Amino acid sequence: MSNDSQLQVWEVFMQAKSGSNFIHAGSVHAADGKMALQNARDTYTRRSEGTSIWVVPTTAIVASNPDDNDMFFDPANDKIYRLPTFYVMPEGAKAI
Amino acid sequence: MNHKTALFNYCLRLGDQALIHSYRLSEWCSNAPILEEDLALTNFALDNLGCAQALLKYAGEVEGNNQTEDDLAYKRGERRFLNALITELPNGDFAFSTLRNFLLSAYEMELYTALLKSNDTTLAAIAAKTIKEVKYHYAHASDWVLRLGDGTPESHTRMQNALNKIWPFVDDMFTMHPDFHTLVDLGIAVDSESLKPIWEQKVNALLAEATLTIPTTGHKQHGSTQGIHTEYLGPILCQMQYLQRAYPDAQW
Repeated sequence: MSNDSQLQVWEVFMQAKSGSNFIHAGSVHAADGKMALQNARDTYTRRSEGTSIWVVPTTAIVASNPDDNDMFFDPANDKIYRLPTFYVMPEGAKAI
Repeated sequence: MNHKTALFNYCLRLGDQALIHSYRLSEWCSNAPILEEDLALTNFALDNLGCAQALLKYAGEVEGNNQTEDDLAYKRGERRFLNALITELPNGDFAFSTLRNFLLSAYEMELYTALLKSNDTTLAAIAAKTIKEVKYHYAHASDWVLRLGDGTPESHTRMQNALNKIWPFVDDMFTMHPDFHTLVDLGIAVDSESLKPIWEQKVNALLAEATLTIPTTGHKQHGSTQGIHTEYLGPILCQMQYLQRAYPDAQW
C-alpha cells in the first residue's frame, strides 16, 4: 500500500437493529459518499453486525480539544449526587 | 446424452464459473490497492465460493455417484472443467480484475434472474440466494469501471487496455453446450445465448459512459463448454488440487 491512499476518510456509524442507536464502528477511505457506504458495508457488516449505515466525512466532525479537558470534564468528577447510586436497583432492571 | 448427464454438466458449467472466479478474486487477498477493496474482493471470493459449493454439491447429487462438492473441485481433471474462459485469465492489474468482475456480474445478473423461474427447485433456490450477492458485485464493479474509465488519463488507459485484452474471451461466456438446449426446453436451464442482447445493451451503455471503446475487430476465443481452456487453468488446478492429489482424502 502506498502512503495513505489520498482518498478522504469517512467515519462509519452502524445501527445493529431497527430503533437502536447508531454506534461508531470505525472509519474507511473513499472518494465520495457512495463509495464510502460500499466500503463501510464491506468492512463492517460482514458478520451481520448492522442493518443500517451512516457515513460522515471525518472533516465534518467537530471534536473537543484534549487541552480543554480540565474545564470540560473535571467539574463533573465531584458531583456524585448526579449519579443514581443512592437508589436500590429494581429487580429485573438490566438496562440502567 | 440423457437429461441427467446434461443437468450434471449444467451444474458444473455454473459451479466451475463461480469456483474459478472465486480463486482469482481470492488472489487479491493482501494485494488490493486499498484495504477496503481488499475486503470487498475477498468478500466476493467468498460469495462465489458459496455459490460454487452449492452448485457442485447439487451436481454430485444429480450424478448419483457419491461425489461430493470437494471431490468435484479437487479431483477433476482440467478437461472436465466447464468454467467460462474469462474466469481463468490472470488477474492483471486492478483495472483488469474489476472489468472482469463487471462483465461477469452483469451476465450473472441476467442469468440468475432468469434461473429464479427454473422448474428445478434446487437451481431456483440457489439462484434466489446468489442474485442478492451478484447485485452487489455488479453495483460495486460498475461504479469502479465508471470511476476508472472516466477518471485520470492513467486509469482510463489501464481500463481501455483491460477491455482490449479481455474482449476476445467475452463471447465464450454465452456459449451453450449442445446438450443444454434440452434443459432449456424443459424449463430447467437458461439459454445463455439469449441473454446476450440485454447484457450488451447494459454493458455497452456503461462502457460508453466510462468513455471506453469496445474493440470491434479481432479473434473470439471459445472452447470452455468443450473443456478446452486457456493455458491459465492448469496452474490454478495444480495449486488448488495439490493437497488432495498428494494426500487423498486428507482432513484436518
